[in-house]
Amino acid sequence: MADIAVKVENLGKRYRIGTARTTGSLMLREVVTNALSRPFRRFSHINGAHVKGSEISSSYIWALQNVSFEVPRGQILGIICPNGAGKSTLLKILSRITRPTEGRVELHGRVASLLEVGTGFHPELTGRENIYLSGSLFGMRKTEIDRKLDEIVAFAEIEKFIETPVKHYSSGMYVRLAFAVAAHLEPEILILDEVLAVGDVTFQRKCLNKMEDVKQRGRTVLFVSHSMPAVTRLCDRALLIEDGAIQQDGRAATVTSAYLLSKLNTTAERTWPDPANAPGNDIARLHRVRVCVEDGVTAASVDIREPIGIEMVYDVLKPGHVLLPFYRFFNEAGLCVFIAQDAGTEWRGRPRPLGRFTSVAWIPGNLLAEGTLLVSAGLYTLDPFTVHFIEKDTVAFHVIESADGSSARGEWDGNWEGVFRPLLKWTTQVCPLPSG
Amino acid sequence: MTRQLNERAAIGGPPSGPAFPDPPAITIIQPEHGWVPLRLREFWEFRDVLYFLVWKDIKVRYRQTLIGAAWAIIQPLTTMVVFAFFFGHLVKVPSDGLPYPLFAFAALVPWTFFARGLTLSSDSLVANGHLITKIYFPRLLLPFARILSGLPDLALSFFVLLGMTYWFHIFPGLISLLWLPALVLLAMATALGVGLWLSALNVQYRDVQHVVPFLTQLWFFATPIAYPSSLLHEPWRTVYALNPMVGVVEGFRWALLANGNPPGLVLAASALAAVIVLVTGAFFFQRVEGSFADVV
Repeated sequence: MADIAVKVENLGKRYRIGTARTTGSLMLREVVTNALSRPFRRFSHINGAHVKGSEISSSYIWALQNVSFEVPRGQILGIICPNGAGKSTLLKILSRITRPTEGRVELHGRVASLLEVGTGFHPELTGRENIYLSGSLFGMRKTEIDRKLDEIVAFAEIEKFIETPVKHYSSGMYVRLAFAVAAHLEPEILILDEVLAVGDVTFQRKCLNKMEDVKQRGRTVLFVSHSMPAVTRLCDRALLIEDGAIQQDGRAATVTSAYLLSKLNTTAERTWPDPANAPGNDIARLHRVRVCVEDGVTAASVDIREPIGIEMVYDVLKPGHVLLPFYRFFNEAGLCVFIAQDAGTEWRGRPRPLGRFTSVAWIPGNLLAEGTLLVSAGLYTLDPFTVHFIEKDTVAFHVIESADGSSARGEWDGNWEGVFRPLLKWTTQVCPLPSG
Repeated sequence: MTRQLNERAAIGGPPSGPAFPDPPAITIIQPEHGWVPLRLREFWEFRDVLYFLVWKDIKVRYRQTLIGAAWAIIQPLTTMVVFAFFFGHLVKVPSDGLPYPLFAFAALVPWTFFARGLTLSSDSLVANGHLITKIYFPRLLLPFARILSGLPDLALSFFVLLGMTYWFHIFPGLISLLWLPALVLLAMATALGVGLWLSALNVQYRDVQHVVPFLTQLWFFATPIAYPSSLLHEPWRTVYALNPMVGVVEGFRWALLANGNPPGLVLAASALAAVIVLVTGAFFFQRVEGSFADVV
């Protein structure tokens, strides 16, 4: 039987929502007007426990319901939660900050939760004092902190300022110190909530290296993030939690593309089965657009090194026209990345006969950058100029990249800007240094 | 030993040694209903956190102040001076034969420790809301740390008290002085007991923090600080001793100034009341602890 680090069974958390009178703090006079036993029952209401009778008029919301999953030891699990409410509740329950309404969680090993940067830091205390305070809150013994103090200070690069109160620190220093403490915890289970999204590039690099280190040591990590590239790069597996339930559970790349594509409200394949309702006119009608890889399989996410095929199936209903299929590619920011048309194959200048045509455009591997691209598909005739159809955002696909060395980013695991990411050919020559 | 290992290797069992560490501790999280047992072992595991919370409270209190720890002495001393003038001199409240300033100060020293502990602990959860919503540790450590952080102040003002005692030519015996730690413990237990009730209630009902100063004032007059308890007659005097601070204050006066009776019924009544408040407070606190993060 596999070694399980985290086991969650039927987890549910219910919050009471209502008017200002019934949430948060109450006034004592309201208690006094009720019977003395009411205060005790009100506490259990906040816990969401079963209420006998119907004297409570507010409503409930289930932030989580029927959530079950298991995390084997050594796995890095990504958790994606678009609206955020379920995510923070799940993390709080796993970190023992709040109690579930129903269900059960088993945690095998020491747990450290980093839900924010600088937990426990007090502005009046010096850097060194805060290391001790924060470290002990995370579960480190005083002797352990004594032992690791120098390492922590060196990792944070604040040797000169270690005796200054942290209220005088810059935000960068603060973050570095906070992360340095967290990086030196040695829990069996680590729960991270977006804490890698802070700091400058050098620092983020350090954090990612530390995460890799953690991975090597076989620790289990639960990583919550909104950054799809980070999740795809670091995590083996991902969960998509939406509306308080697990919607997707599988390989990180699959789950992130499914999420992105659902956010964009589009898929990797779109078919118009009925020609009467398909885009087009009496000359040509669009039937299907699809993203595929070399073996012809439809793919929503494609490895950056692989060629990507965009397939268009269209019906030519009237012969004798010269037709040019084209695609427009847009990134998530709405920028038009490039436009491609079929300008060089056997149908150039040749009028088309009747039939169902399948045209595939192949984007070479190692050209596009990581990210999501939306495809608009169209068909036109140059002379007389007619656009038979142009369908915006028909399909979308997600380009993923791992930092294992064979793509353009090499071993760099931080941000890499650019709309394109070509793997160029470099030539290097060497000759002796000029003398003198 | 080597032979055993070789045999095991031959059979093909798992290797011994650091490759297979001890099975990790298992934590179970599930909903809790009703009264839960006190998790005393957890307090021991988190003792370092308690240490650092106390240390933080002490350091932060006096950082960037001008006279720092002197504040610990100024408050009871000034109160004593004011009382000595108004109650001792003007109103001429009896003081069981002792000089009034000494009479009052001997009570003010433990009282200040108690009142500060009570006030600070009742607010400790709300003041540390940012910790409660972000990281797990037994929340009971927060009010407890606030009370413990008053100990250095108590020690300082105690030395002033001792000095004052010698100055009035009273030299307490060593045996009676040994009672003092027990009395401090009683004051601490009372402050913690009431502090647990109040801090837990304050998370849900914020007017508790407005009640505390008023409660402290009333409690002050219910304790024989400005006046001697000899003004009361039995059986009221024993009922009155259900106020644990009565036991503490009388005990202090007896130990230091040889005033009154040795610890007896009064102390027993006080201790019993304190224990009841503490135990019920701890159970109540743990019962509602799970919902703090949702409400604070």
